[in-house]
Amino acid sequence: MTENKSYEPACPLPASGKQTVQLAHGGGGRLMQELIRDVFLRAFDNPMLAHLHDGATFPNEKGTLAFTTDSYVVHPLFFPGGDIGSLAVHGTVNDLAMCGAKPLCLSAGFILEEGLNLETLRRVVESMAKAAQAAGVPIVTGDTKVVDRGKGDGIFVNTAGVGLVPAGVRVLPELVRPGDAILLSGDLGCHGIAVLSVREGVAFTGNVESDSAPLHQVVGELVDSGIEIHCLRDLTRGGLASALNEIAVAAKVGMVSDEAVIPVLETVRGACELMGLDPLYVANEGRFVAMVPESDVESALTIMRRHSVAHQAVRIGRVTAENPPLVALQTLLGTHRILDLLSGEQLPRIC
Amino acid sequence: MKYVDEYRDRTLATRLAERITHTVHRPWTIMEVCGGQTHAIVRFGLDALLPTSLTVVHGPGCPVCVTPVGLIDQALQLASLPHVIFCSFGDMLRVPGSRGDLFGVKAAGGDVRIVYSPLDAMTLARANPAREVVCFAVGFETTAPAWAMAVIQAKESGLTNFSLLVAHVLVPPAMEAILSSPQNRVQGFLAAGHVCTVVGYEDYEALAARYRVPIVVAGFEPLDILEGIGLLVTQLEEGRAEVENQYVRSVRREGNRQARAVVEEVFEPAPRTWRGIGEIARSGLQLRPAYAAYDAAVRFREALSQAGSVGVEDPDCRSGLVLQGLIKPPDCPAFATRCTPEQPLGAPMVSSEGACAAYYRYRSHVKRET
Repeated sequence: MTENKSYEPACPLPASGKQTVQLAHGGGGRLMQELIRDVFLRAFDNPMLAHLHDGATFPNEKGTLAFTTDSYVVHPLFFPGGDIGSLAVHGTVNDLAMCGAKPLCLSAGFILEEGLNLETLRRVVESMAKAAQAAGVPIVTGDTKVVDRGKGDGIFVNTAGVGLVPAGVRVLPELVRPGDAILLSGDLGCHGIAVLSVREGVAFTGNVESDSAPLHQVVGELVDSGIEIHCLRDLTRGGLASALNEIAVAAKVGMVSDEAVIPVLETVRGACELMGLDPLYVANEGRFVAMVPESDVESALTIMRRHSVAHQAVRIGRVTAENPPLVALQTLLGTHRILDLLSGEQLPRIC
Repeated sequence: MKYVDEYRDRTLATRLAERITHTVHRPWTIMEVCGGQTHAIVRFGLDALLPTSLTVVHGPGCPVCVTPVGLIDQALQLASLPHVIFCSFGDMLRVPGSRGDLFGVKAAGGDVRIVYSPLDAMTLARANPAREVVCFAVGFETTAPAWAMAVIQAKESGLTNFSLLVAHVLVPPAMEAILSSPQNRVQGFLAAGHVCTVVGYEDYEALAARYRVPIVVAGFEPLDILEGIGLLVTQLEEGRAEVENQYVRSVRREGNRQARAVVEEVFEPAPRTWRGIGEIARSGLQLRPAYAAYDAAVRFREALSQAGSVGVEDPDCRSGLVLQGLIKPPDCPAFATRCTPEQPLGAPMVSSEGACAAYYRYRSHVKRET
């Protein structure tokens, strides 16, 4: 070998900022937070938006309304355990539920790509109708646009929803306080791994199915029971870790979670190990966390476990006054590490 | 999960850590050479279980991190060509070259695809005969056999629109570079289990004897690493310098002969520049002349001559020292201040196996403003 050279730093200048939208801006991590803060909040700034909650709530003379919107661009359109249609219904119903609201109705907007097979569209729409009926939330208005071939990905769906928050109920990240318990409704990562398995053609043993499901019924029962719910958050893009980080920032608190009690299906863990992904960051579409005072933990868990979508509900940690807004994880070995926001999406590793 | 949970047992980990504490009587500095081990150490907080007199430093074991700027610039240039589908493992997409990264090229219209194996890239090549599929073949000895196999298959099946931009590096020459440096402070190595699964550890025996340094081949799970460290400190305390194999469930002394033969058939050793370390003789792989048709560097010579790598260096980035185990990431003045995963000064901050990324992700509360 050649003689080892003395040290010369050999690093390039940073990539010159992000001047274009990149995939990582949609990954639920730090770049997405920056995009929301620097572009959307700056332009749309108002007190209701400033909560950065799953939906906005605003009072009128008959109570508090909740309003939310979300767009769905999942690829492929059909995946084990669901499709873009049922996902669009569940996602918006869940965003309303996370405000403590009972969903009243939804809108559906479609952006269709020229050349899309009508049979595919029918399947998606029928799936939406079925999901909406099962949830008991009608789709009451809609819109359709068609874009040139090559300018879409088959179907993009936008759903918006309106819900009613019962009198006296306030569910907001800012209400979370030290001493609260963190409850998790079920196992993590099934949706992300199910989509990945078909998108990338990676077959995993056990056929992981998406956890996509409506959560408003279990949440409705929690709300009606009189439990003091401080915050609810579904664990979509960015998974559990990102959700906890967002809440910790909003509430200016710290959090500690215990890795050993966080449920993850064996097959999901296996797939994550294989791909170099962390299940705590993988997307879910039917899981949520609830922050409740210590005194309400047992009642909340009992209610949650009565519902099939939350039968594995478990307490995974607590809110602290220490090191806000850091989220710490007690590892399987009893040591601690930070559970941070990712920059963008997780990337499969080389080896 | 079978074959994983057994190696994350808390009671056994505590017992192993206690045994290490009892064994260590003097201060020692050891290095793990593999980025996967680095992340396991930081992710599971293994260093918190070890005695303070034992310093674990992180080596140049992340193939993404050590890929030089010039090669990344070449990748950006090829990925920008309109008729090229550029394939890469996910790790490489965020790594900055002189003028941005592969994600930026993708956002600007380049056809950049994440692949999970060379076979995926070959499938793409077959499905797109009118386009050129170029693969960024990055990695240590672990991924080289799969790329070699892909090249052999491409040749046998007459696939003509498939080529590799080879950035493969080899571990033992890097270890030797560290040991021969006058600044070296590494007294023992944990060698990467996956690498040795492929190439064995015969080469390590010569290294251990020549530099009087113990080397323990270890796996990636917490118990593997703790057991490996235990074997290493026992040797150090006893004054031995041998090669031991902790990862017996995967590694044989001679490695995987079939995989080695495939690599030998397709690649030959070549000098390679390592980011932050410099050129090390015979530390990289290049395609043999018989496979030059699959070498993107040959095939796109003209386009690459216009790559115009400026290789601008940032004096604040200390990743060269991090990669040689001379400092730890938080010791770098730019760590978590000027250098973050969103605005990295160097690859170790963005690679999923990078030491700086590991510390930022799991430990950055030490310095980060909140």
